[in-house]
Amino acid sequence: MTALLDISDYRLAFDGFEGRAHVLDGIDLRVAAGESVGIVGETGCGKSVLARSITRLVDTPPGRVLSGHIRFAGEDVLAMDQRALARLRGHGVAMIFQDPMTYLNPVFSIGSQLIDVIRAHDRAAGQRMRPRVAARAAAAEVLGAVRLPEPDRLLDRYPHELSGGMRQRVLIAMALTGTPRLLVADEPTTALDVTIQAQVLRLIGELVAERGLALLLISHDLGVIGALCRRIVVMYAGTVVEDADAAALFDRPRHPYTRGLLAAVPDLARPDHRARPIPGHIPNLLAPPPGCRFHPRCPLAVARCIAEKPALREVDGRRVACHRAEDIAA
Amino acid sequence: MSATRPSFAQRHAATLRQLRFYAWSFGRSPSSMLGLAIVALFFALAAFGPWIVPYPLDATGAMNLGNRLKPPSAAHWFGTDEMGNDLYSRVILATRTSLWVGLTIVGAATVVGVPLGIAAGYFGGAVRAAIMRVTDVFLSVPGIVLALAIVAALGPGILNGIIALAIVWWPGYVRLVEAKALALRNEPFVEAARAVGASHARILAVHILPNCTSPIIVKASMDMGLAMLAAASLGFIGLGAKPPAPEWGAMISVARTYMPNWWWYAVFPGFAIYLTVLGFNLFGDGLRDILDPKSSRG
Amino acid sequence: MSAPLLELRGLAKHYPLKGGRVVRAVDGVDVALHPGESLGLVGESGCGKSTVARLALRLIPPSAGAILFQGRDISGLSDSALRPLRRDMQLIFQNPHAALNPRRTVFASVAEPLVVQGVAGRDGVLARVGDLLRQVGLPDSFLWRYPHELSGGQKQRVCIARALALEPKLLALDEPTSALDVSVQAQILEFLQELRSRSGLAYLFISHNLAVVRQVCDRVAVMYLGRVVEEGPVEAIFTAPRHPYTRALIAAVLPPRPAGMPEAPLAGDVPNAAEIPPGCRFAPRCPIRMDRCTRDDPALAGTDHRAACWAASEA
Repeated sequence: MTALLDISDYRLAFDGFEGRAHVLDGIDLRVAAGESVGIVGETGCGKSVLARSITRLVDTPPGRVLSGHIRFAGEDVLAMDQRALARLRGHGVAMIFQDPMTYLNPVFSIGSQLIDVIRAHDRAAGQRMRPRVAARAAAAEVLGAVRLPEPDRLLDRYPHELSGGMRQRVLIAMALTGTPRLLVADEPTTALDVTIQAQVLRLIGELVAERGLALLLISHDLGVIGALCRRIVVMYAGTVVEDADAAALFDRPRHPYTRGLLAAVPDLARPDHRARPIPGHIPNLLAPPPGCRFHPRCPLAVARCIAEKPALREVDGRRVACHRAEDIAA
Repeated sequence: MSATRPSFAQRHAATLRQLRFYAWSFGRSPSSMLGLAIVALFFALAAFGPWIVPYPLDATGAMNLGNRLKPPSAAHWFGTDEMGNDLYSRVILATRTSLWVGLTIVGAATVVGVPLGIAAGYFGGAVRAAIMRVTDVFLSVPGIVLALAIVAALGPGILNGIIALAIVWWPGYVRLVEAKALALRNEPFVEAARAVGASHARILAVHILPNCTSPIIVKASMDMGLAMLAAASLGFIGLGAKPPAPEWGAMISVARTYMPNWWWYAVFPGFAIYLTVLGFNLFGDGLRDILDPKSSRG
Repeated sequence: MSAPLLELRGLAKHYPLKGGRVVRAVDGVDVALHPGESLGLVGESGCGKSTVARLALRLIPPSAGAILFQGRDISGLSDSALRPLRRDMQLIFQNPHAALNPRRTVFASVAEPLVVQGVAGRDGVLARVGDLLRQVGLPDSFLWRYPHELSGGQKQRVCIARALALEPKLLALDEPTSALDVSVQAQILEFLQELRSRSGLAYLFISHNLAVVRQVCDRVAVMYLGRVVEEGPVEAIFTAPRHPYTRALIAAVLPPRPAGMPEAPLAGDVPNAAEIPPGCRFAPRCPIRMDRCTRDDPALAGTDHRAACWAASEA
């Protein structure tokens, strides 16, 4: 079976004043249809750039693809023309982002923005654009689908009249107006309060299940990922360091970075667990460390870790990029 | 061991790196570089004009009636005017007038407008209401019309023209700086300064003003061109500089009666104005891209 | 027990809106903080927790109520009368990127409190700033750097150094780690805990992250719509919460391990602080609402562990 999303050996760099920043360094990642995958990592690990690469939202230049390919449903995303990209963005991959206000135009009503998106998707699919009245009905329907009350009245309201949670629901509705097969959610609840976060995560989980969507959930928060994803990909400094079943990853992390990350998070349910920091800081991507990019902070680093970049390989039923994965006790 | 004060280069390494970065980003934009080239040429001509023009005396009202209204030639690259003066010399020497006009107007406007804008934005309330009311009155009348009225009252002449334009120019700076200071007032670093007990004067001088400089520099560089254009306009309608003083607006004013047969008389000063305004605009745009990148996108 | 370092009594901050409406950002807050103690202030955005911190440090004047700092009411003091008191109370911000003036070096930022308060002489300042940086784990080489050259964690350390410059007795921390990565968050939390045990500082620790609060604080006050709804020792709050809002907040926390889809513990959004519901302000979202709750406003009841809830006081 071919994967719905297939990223292999994808390398992306940004050219700037200080030189070339190697932002993504050989990403290998596959997502099957209907699968929910979480990507977790800290600032600068490249998770958001990777998400934007899937629909080619990264500007080139300054970005530059050095190698690799991205295939969605068998089609080569990097080779698509503008029309194919518009179709991909409307009908293949839908995206939602952290700050919903940034993605809503404050001077247009919710309805008019949704109607525009619906009609644009019609055009991208090569169909005749629906008249606005018909598109309005579809807009009301999709607002209902994200459990927003009184969708008809909501259509005439403006973004600033809505709460943060409602705006994010509108963005989710907008993402669902096409017929996506993959939903990419980049920190969808980071700007929201915890009680609202729970509501929105629940909604995303239900919608993904109802519609059989694949989900790529990107977050710095292991709790958010753990709520919705069975499989977790850990990224560090532009590389995938571990890709494992969620339960196995939490119980038996096989990469030293994963282990450090888990130890750094305070857990409300375990007050005796003191959050332990990872020493050092994230590397400068203009001159990334040779070999394994984590080696300067790694308690287990040996000479080989500096000399040779570890490839992702199968260990203990998962993929790990660490020369010493076998030595890491459960 | 206590910290020792390092050398100048060490302390300012970050600043130097920042300047190199500015130069690098500026250099990547062809239009910014074109602007820089024009502005540099303008300054060079203003500085060295009297030594490089072929007939420096022609700017002082000399008469060579035998040479009246000659078309461009090897001896007179831009031709001659109705007094037989070399237009090339006069156009080049007029850069000094324009530079002086631009610097004075923009300088006066900055000196008056920036403190008022900072006070209005930072203190808010009644201070802001008073300052902004006055500013709005000035901004509600088209600047050039107001300047005309003032010159009419003061009497024509280049100095009075400059005074009039400076009087109408400062409110733009109040507006610009007020908005910026209003935003800065709520920045956490300003709150942190208040939390340690810093006085208003210190906060304004150390935290607000230095963070307002980028938009001020950008606006000032663009306004240089516009102020020269406005002064030339006053000269054109006879309220600014008066012939024989070399000034582009005044030259075109006389030249228009010689159009179209003696086209060079109006075209070269006109082109000089056009090029200068364009140059300062491109330069200012380029500065905005590097100093104030948020406002140029969007 | 010693006398409180800081005591807030009936503290309120109201902002009038056009049309006669009033935003009641803080609406009657009573809490006390003892020397060396760490009090957590938790709640969702808009509950007024940041405003409480700014009122407590008198960065803004209160609309009503008293702020007792070392027993003295500072709620009505002028800027100049407050200046000497500023040495004893400092603030750490959520976003270290915005808390440092981008045009000033680390040295200038950390030296500012010393210069403003005239604490150290011209020669003393450099040595003192170097000391402060070393205290927060930064080498001297950082003195002449600008904020944009530092990482988020390093900037937060600089902010802490600045706050410590005057050797305050009270540190208000407004979400000090929520803009930082978890590995860096752990570094800062570790440092803050070590600092408190070493120096006997008191913390007013504002956070929406309950796991962090549980790790750092001795006592916790839970705020909802401008009011403290529950307050008590940290263990009591987290193991035996009395207020339904506290219970909902705890239930909404996602554990950092695979837990499946979260319960959505509360329906609806936090109401607007300009339209505070009558009776108990939490009643419209409350899962155990009774008739009385929509009529009568409950006050904080109890001694060491207090809750403002009719159901809790009956139980």
